[in-house]
Amino acid sequence: MISIAAFWILSAVAVISALMVVSARNPVHSVLFLILTFFTTAGLFVLLGAEYLAMLLIVVYVGAVAVLFLFVVMMLDIDFVELKQGFMRYLPIGGLVALILFGMFIMVTSARIEAKIDPNMLASPTPDVSITSNAKAIGEILYTNYILFFQLAGLVLFVAMVGAIVLTLQHRQNVKRQSVTAQTARNRKTGVEIAKPKTGEGVSL
Amino acid sequence: MIDLGHSIGLTHYLAFAAALFTIGVFGIFVNRKNIIVILMSVELILLAVNVNFVAFSVFLGDLVGQVFAMFVLTVAAAEAAVGLAILVVYFRNRGTIAVEDLNIMKG
Repeated sequence: MISIAAFWILSAVAVISALMVVSARNPVHSVLFLILTFFTTAGLFVLLGAEYLAMLLIVVYVGAVAVLFLFVVMMLDIDFVELKQGFMRYLPIGGLVALILFGMFIMVTSARIEAKIDPNMLASPTPDVSITSNAKAIGEILYTNYILFFQLAGLVLFVAMVGAIVLTLQHRQNVKRQSVTAQTARNRKTGVEIAKPKTGEGVSL
Repeated sequence: MIDLGHSIGLTHYLAFAAALFTIGVFGIFVNRKNIIVILMSVELILLAVNVNFVAFSVFLGDLVGQVFAMFVLTVAAAEAAVGLAILVVYFRNRGTIAVEDLNIMKG
């Protein structure tokens, strides 16, 4: 009973906050509603028994992606009032497409399908929770059967990190920088000069 | 007391994911100028995909769906990082993030 009520509450909050993400006037509010959507969806994952993915959702999405969005929204000096124009213009066509899409999805998901699932055909059946926890079960197949994909995912993240740094790094022209090669290439001839200035005159540097 | 149904099945989760996906598509349509909200809508769509993967994985009793949802999460994080980096560079060059006049590369 509690889990049924929890599902309705969590999903209602998630859907409403997702609507607020796309319709909020201020993008900072959009990001905060996005965080609320992720939190409630993580709650739904806990309800399903996928605790590991729920925690991953909070760590990755709330901890990294949403904070990244927040940084960009606050860093860039953008006139958001101007960007909000056209909302009413595209509302009818957007609403129509959304309505048709949602109707199609509901027709598909509410169709009654009698599927016979052979337990022997599953790629990696979920072990009983009393024996192995969700995180341990995922780790046991992730680090054995899917190790290649796991490493490729790491490679994707690495390339994205390098790409983001290469795109946003800028070398300012008028900032003094340390040049190690110029420093170590100095010798006595170029670094030291003996000058004999006359009294009352300075040396030219 | 309102009737909440007797149990929560696969259909409920699929309908929830469908609602999230639809809101994401709707957000792309109505926020044509604001690329930040468009990127957030893409995140919503990917979240809906993840809900589908996890729901099918749990109700089928197969763990692979959750492993795949993890990879979707990875790609979504990478996409957000690169997308926002491109956005920052675009803002630096043009002084605006209006994507409607984003046709300078058109031949």
